[in-house]
Amino acid sequence: MIRKNTPVLIIILALFAFAISALIFPLFGREAMRLGLDLQGGIHMVYRADLSAVEPGEEAGVMEGVIAVIGNRINPLGVTEPVIQKQGQDRILVELPGLSITDKEKERLSRVALLEFGEEVADDEEAKWENELGRWKPATAVIDGEERALTSRYFRENTYVDRDNLGRILLIFEWDEEGGRLSEEVTSRLIDKPLGIFEGGESLRGEDDRPIAPVVRAVITDRGQIEGLSLNEATGLSQQLNAGRLPVSLEILYDQTVSPILGADFVDRSVKAGVIGIILVMLFMIIYYRLPGVLASLALIFYGSLVLAIFKLIPVTLTLAGLGGFVLSIGMAVDANVLIFERMKEEFRTGRALGAAIETGFNRAWTAIRDSNITTFIVCAILYWLGSSIVASAPVMGFALTLFIGVAVSMFTAIVVTRTLLRLFVGTRPARRARLFSPYLGRK
Amino acid sequence: MLNIIDKRFRLFAISGVVILIGIISLVTFGLKYGIEFSSGSMMTVSFEQEVDQGDLKQELASLGYANAIVQHTGAGDFFIRTHELTGGDKAALEDALAAKFGHLTETEFYSVSPMIARETAKNAGIAVAIAAIGILLYITWAFHRMPKPFHYGTCAIIALIHDTLVALGVFSILGAMLNWQINLMFITGILAVIGYSVNNTVVVFDRIRENLTLGVSPDFEVTVNNSLVETLSRSLNTSLTTLLVVLALLLFVGASIQNFAVVLLIGIIAGTFSSIGIAPSLLVVWEKGEWGRFVRWLPLPAVKGR
Repeated sequence: MIRKNTPVLIIILALFAFAISALIFPLFGREAMRLGLDLQGGIHMVYRADLSAVEPGEEAGVMEGVIAVIGNRINPLGVTEPVIQKQGQDRILVELPGLSITDKEKERLSRVALLEFGEEVADDEEAKWENELGRWKPATAVIDGEERALTSRYFRENTYVDRDNLGRILLIFEWDEEGGRLSEEVTSRLIDKPLGIFEGGESLRGEDDRPIAPVVRAVITDRGQIEGLSLNEATGLSQQLNAGRLPVSLEILYDQTVSPILGADFVDRSVKAGVIGIILVMLFMIIYYRLPGVLASLALIFYGSLVLAIFKLIPVTLTLAGLGGFVLSIGMAVDANVLIFERMKEEFRTGRALGAAIETGFNRAWTAIRDSNITTFIVCAILYWLGSSIVASAPVMGFALTLFIGVAVSMFTAIVVTRTLLRLFVGTRPARRARLFSPYLGRK
Repeated sequence: MLNIIDKRFRLFAISGVVILIGIISLVTFGLKYGIEFSSGSMMTVSFEQEVDQGDLKQELASLGYANAIVQHTGAGDFFIRTHELTGGDKAALEDALAAKFGHLTETEFYSVSPMIARETAKNAGIAVAIAAIGILLYITWAFHRMPKPFHYGTCAIIALIHDTLVALGVFSILGAMLNWQINLMFITGILAVIGYSVNNTVVVFDRIRENLTLGVSPDFEVTVNNSLVETLSRSLNTSLTTLLVVLALLLFVGASIQNFAVVLLIGIIAGTFSSIGIAPSLLVVWEKGEWGRFVRWLPLPAVKGR
């Protein structure tokens, strides 16, 4: 057994070198650790599409349309790795890591983006909208024998923002062919009357917070403009109109938004906790177990680098809870060493030499190490399932995965690495000095 | 040699008192559930100026958020939990707070709809149930080689329930006093702790089995105590190293992970205590047929005569 020690040591050193270089250099195209939303900031949202009005059998197509539109709206935000995914029948998961976004921009992602034009109603008529300017109903016209409402559905996708010579913001749009005919009918009927503009059941409001309702001065057949919007609102609106209209309305089921500043802070603090945790554990091991403690500490450094390298290479998405799992696994990683060293001490007490004590200690402790890690593996597997079955998945899955990897690697480092390092001392002078192995043994 | 088993009824009394206090709190105050389970919104806001927690709470109440839970988490940082906010509600709330207390930045916003909350609660319940079954199966397997597998398995499960009750009791008290909530990370932490605590019990029982086979002593009580003392430094050292890293997490990462770290902290302490002081002692109680001693102090004539 002991003769095989040198090759094993070489393999361990090679693995250590590999782990360190994987952490420092972008190996296999992995530039950096993949951080979860809570650590780099960003957005995790789940929407539910209202498919109640959709014809049976067409849901899948509608959902594809929704995903395409959301994708178009996200593109200009410049997110590096956006996730837009259908979940189940009617849900859409949107993950925008690293993005800092205002509430307004966030709201725009899920707005239907349909501008509807309205005319004032007579006193006895039913109104669809009401605002301080009056009561309104959709402005409609009959073309091809069908009554249709005038909406942004007939805009060409080339809406843009401009300023007039007084510097006022204009949102300029162009009607498509059908829209042109509709607009011609509507505007010729409403000459000298106001045309209200509504979005999502609300009046479209200008910078001065007044409803926008221009008075029709001439018949409009090809293009029009909306005045009075703020620059932000006009820009956002034009982007949305060009990205396309959502075919159905979306409801937010789940929203988690973290500012990137907060995330960066968490990384620093977790690293600090990890480093201090490792140092405390190493100090304890060295004070209590002396020379084997020093070797266990070396094994712990190896453990930390190997686990982090695995996280980076797989890659495991690190969340705050995942880092917690990693830090926790540092404390648990030495458990196998503790079991072995305690056994070794007992073997020493019965008068065995170091070599024999190492081998018996490791062999006897093995069943306890194996058994005692099984429950942790069971729990990790169940937590991983729980994480994959719920919307707020990241923390639970992150914890389960990092703890699992941590405990699995710790079995390897505690058994193989520590044993190999200990064997180096067999037959050397320090091996005969019992006090190096336990403060109590020497005094006996 | 240290005799732990001899003091078994004192150890039971300590656990009994802690659990009793916890149960009283659970019955009186119940548990407070986080928004993952009960739906709602929470946000972390940071004010540039010094803001008094009472003032903030009052302002929220006057804005119609009388039930809002406010926690002070740092200099100008507050954690606010309300019922589920829509985009518009949230903007209005932030504008109103900014108008009253000066500029604020929202660092975190989290909102869960009732539909998602129901799903999460259901799946967490299933996960806990599967974990319980998994651990039971594991215990049955781990102890099938023992002389009285049923005794060992039952005692390990009592220890596990003990740890869970302690953690729930403490969180009920923390919930009543500091509004701490039972969230997903609590469930995650408690499952991790249960796995961990069963490990410790298994290691102790494993040694009992080994010593029984070796025939260390004809007296079961002595055998158990010897095994306990032999594994004591392992049990304490492993717990200690784990506690060290959990403390590092608690002190350096802070509020966002505090529920998780505290449930680990409590669970590890309770788990260490139960695997040393409760599970092996119960084995001895069972072996010696001492169950009557648990009720001896009750004014029951039938058992009093024992």
